[in-house]
Amino acid sequence: MSEKKQIQVPVMADLASRGETPEVLFWVGCAGAFDDRYKNVTRAFVRILEHVGTKYAVLGMEETCTGDPAKRAGNEFLFQMQAMTNIATLDGYGIKTIVTACPHCFNTIKNEYPALGGNYEVIHHSTFLQNLINEGKVKIAGGGEFKGKRITFHDSCYLGRANNIYEAPREVLAALDADLVEMKRSRANGLCCGAGGAQMWKEPEPGNKDINVERAEEAIGTGATIIASACPFCMTMMADGVKSQNKEDSVQVFDIAELIAQAEGINA
Amino acid sequence: MISNIAFLIVAVLGIGLFVWQIRKIVRNINMGRDKEISGNVSERIKLLLLVAFGQQKMFKRPLPAVLHLFVYVGFIVINVEVIEILIDGIFGTHRVLGVLGPVYSVLMAINEVLALLVIIACVIFLARRTLTKVPRLTRGSEMRAWPKLDANVILITEIVLMFALFAFNIADQKLAQLSGHDLPGVFPVSGPLMNVFGSDVNTLQVIAGVGWWAHILGILAFMNYLPSSKHFHIITSFPNVYYTKLEPKGQFSNVESITHEIKAMLDPAYVVPPAPEGADPQKFGAKDVEDLTWKQLLDSYTCTECGRCTSVCPANITGKLLSPRKIVMDTRDRMEEKGESPLIFNPAHYNEESERVKVTEERTLLRGYVTPEELWACTTCNACVESCPVNINQLSTIIDLRRYLVLEESAAPTSLNTMFNNIENNGAPWAFSPSDRFNWADDLFVVSKN
Repeated sequence: MSEKKQIQVPVMADLASRGETPEVLFWVGCAGAFDDRYKNVTRAFVRILEHVGTKYAVLGMEETCTGDPAKRAGNEFLFQMQAMTNIATLDGYGIKTIVTACPHCFNTIKNEYPALGGNYEVIHHSTFLQNLINEGKVKIAGGGEFKGKRITFHDSCYLGRANNIYEAPREVLAALDADLVEMKRSRANGLCCGAGGAQMWKEPEPGNKDINVERAEEAIGTGATIIASACPFCMTMMADGVKSQNKEDSVQVFDIAELIAQAEGINA
Repeated sequence: MISNIAFLIVAVLGIGLFVWQIRKIVRNINMGRDKEISGNVSERIKLLLLVAFGQQKMFKRPLPAVLHLFVYVGFIVINVEVIEILIDGIFGTHRVLGVLGPVYSVLMAINEVLALLVIIACVIFLARRTLTKVPRLTRGSEMRAWPKLDANVILITEIVLMFALFAFNIADQKLAQLSGHDLPGVFPVSGPLMNVFGSDVNTLQVIAGVGWWAHILGILAFMNYLPSSKHFHIITSFPNVYYTKLEPKGQFSNVESITHEIKAMLDPAYVVPPAPEGADPQKFGAKDVEDLTWKQLLDSYTCTECGRCTSVCPANITGKLLSPRKIVMDTRDRMEEKGESPLIFNPAHYNEESERVKVTEERTLLRGYVTPEELWACTTCNACVESCPVNINQLSTIIDLRRYLVLEESAAPTSLNTMFNNIENNGAPWAFSPSDRFNWADDLFVVSKN
């Protein structure tokens, strides 16, 4: 017997006023909060957190950009302003552990905040999901609806090369019992989606081709019907790339959290 | 006796000239900013053994890796012979290391096999550059006349040096046979060729002499060619790998002066530590070579111009102007232009403007060599850094140049300025109201399984 349950997403300020502390702070990120497509990933991840009973909270309206795009674009001043503001908020609540679905937020908070005084255990949602599967908290009976489907994983530069996380998202996908295929350029040799380094917010420089088109062609070339990603920028770029090849009807782009929530049957 | 003195003079001059050139290069690298890179000695030594001595990253592409390994191991082993030549040359001895007996035999045998492999490898390398024209080695706006010629000069010199060695070994063996005395050593390659030069003692003596002198003079000349050449990596790759950035690749450097400014802004009681006395006020980011760190400058003296970085660069693959290799080579060229001309050949003249990369009159690294268009094409994906066999960090230079554009010149592309404004005003890179940030959680349901 299953039923639909409404979720009241716990907000840090409320928890603090009740003197409670969560196990993890879910850092939603700007894409997770504002991008219509990526909001589904945020919701899928929250469903998983609810489903497994993790005590979590979000900052809600108190969250603000980590400063990643400013830093990569060279605006160190703006980056540090953002970073110090966020560190003040996080430290104010005594946050110890942060989980986020965005590799850019993950990289910045994990690697660049410590030099400015912000020290937290930061986990990317791929690692978090991998742990849930390993601990048996998420068990996809019989692989669910993705069993046998051809899926290819597109490495995010800021997860992979930047932080050496290659296996966690693949192990998450392995739980789906799907037919995983690798692109020729994968893991440490993966090709960027074209959005990192603040490219997301500008037109590409003149060239022969857009990077996301090159990458989407490679992904489509594997014969996969699903391109799995673990990064909001990658998701947007790959979806646009697939559209540029008029393949949006046959090839879909999903975040690993969406695939797990879907396979686990907890999407409402 | 005369030849001993002549040898000594040549050797001293050759080595002295080399030291003189190295001093100039060290001075050039010291134009860069100080940066303390220390600690993690065991991790650094591990990297040194794996990446520099062990050539680990070369093996991403097996064929050139194996060929390069022949040349590299050949170079190391042949140094034993160079030591012998130096001793023989100075003291007029003949195959002085022969006293090592069986050890010498093994060394000579390995030496000859490797010398043959070096010739084979160099011939294949030449073919890859001139016949099959491997794109990463031949294409790109930075691969102009000098870098291409340089590579061929190195390969041909190595082949000539090996042939000189074989000529000496062949003639020396034949002379020993004719005079009826034993020659120390085992010669698996030149041994079977003992009769190719005939049996005339005078001719054989000339050939042995020419081979011997050509080999040592060639080595001394080649050594002095190194500072003008990408081949200098045989020296600099070792320190360069040792001083590799050990932090995660995604962790970009922190501009400390800005941290002080912001802390002072947020907290009026914060005291900014005084700058060291006599230090120039530091620019934000890098405009020219002296704004880069010594490690970034050492990087550019270590570049082998192999183009692996550029061949994996997503911007370059899709036809944009950015080539990480060009940024590194530009840094070296600018350093040599700005510092003392360190080279005896002064061959760095490949600066003529290419059709696509238009540079300005301003002779600084930024704009004089590297254009903003190249810099803004970078996705900071770290593919270049990952691919470099000698652990150059191309991305750190790109980011420092971008920082100068943004922080000193406010010269970011318009759309990036819009993004900056959005972050400042709305706390997000997109123009959304902060009050909508939590809307995603409205009407959120989960299917709960009982």
